[in-house]
Amino acid sequence: MLSELDKNDRLLLNRIQSGFPVTPRPFLDVGRELGMTEDDVIARVRRLLETGVVNRLGPVLSPTAVGGERTLAAMSVPPERLEEVAALVNSFEAVSHNYEREHHYNLWFVLSAEEPGEVERALAAIERETGIAVMNLPALEEYFLGVRFQLPTG
Amino acid sequence: MLTDEERALILAVQDGLPVVREPYRAVAERLGTTEERVRDLLRALLARGVIKRLGAVPNHIALGFTANGMAVWDVPDDRVSEVGRRVGGFPEVSHCYRRPRRPPDWPYNLFAMVHGRSRPEVLAAVERIAAEAGIADLPHTVLFSRRQFRKRGTRLHAPGLE
Repeated sequence: MLSELDKNDRLLLNRIQSGFPVTPRPFLDVGRELGMTEDDVIARVRRLLETGVVNRLGPVLSPTAVGGERTLAAMSVPPERLEEVAALVNSFEAVSHNYEREHHYNLWFVLSAEEPGEVERALAAIERETGIAVMNLPALEEYFLGVRFQLPTG
Repeated sequence: MLTDEERALILAVQDGLPVVREPYRAVAERLGTTEERVRDLLRALLARGVIKRLGAVPNHIALGFTANGMAVWDVPDDRVSEVGRRVGGFPEVSHCYRRPRRPPDWPYNLFAMVHGRSRPEVLAAVERIAAEAGIADLPHTVLFSRRQFRKRGTRLHAPGLE
């Protein structure tokens, strides 16, 4: 948890959420920037992983660049049917994200699949099985770099 | 879009680099290639945007970033690419896309997922981003999430495992 992170943990997290060095000794290089030893940086990163503060140290992949088909879809679901429809949506393997949002369009989900046509078939099946129209919003351009959380270091 | 060599590398590192002194050498040994080759490929994938960034992927919830809002704007088509690149560069934004409008029900074409510790913090970030990107005067709204029914990160599927 956040309160258990000391100042060096916070400095380290703020530094390595992007631009992790692609060098022979990346932990040494990060340590030099922050005034920590290589072994201290490694130990801290391992602890952040073990305690679940960090999910992984690695690449954030572009959803469009890894290939396959992907889209964002939304439905306007009567509140009393929301759990039933959300469960049906989740029953499709192509669904990677599924959220209730506070809007007239109250169910928002992302579908992705390697196999051509699988996303479209899932959308059609969801419409057919629920009787509710699905608004299909495929990405036309991608702009993001990925979220980075800046922690106060006191 | 991806060569077999690139796919093999992504499959080897997408769940995390080994946290050892020479992580790229460890990956190279697993793939039967050289450390230099691994680093060259990673740099190229970063430059092409296949890898958005390389580093620690924090658990939002553990860091207290429990609120997220999907901010959407109706940006004129001739400005949306430039505006989108600016919006997508803010650290609070995890995803940012241009998507089709679906009039009359859905007039918005620019989507950004904005994260914060609370709803007021998310709303403040949206206002600041809009002001700095020059779109404060355009129609917009923020859709907050109430419940998460499913969440999975972007993954490359190993061939033959679909």
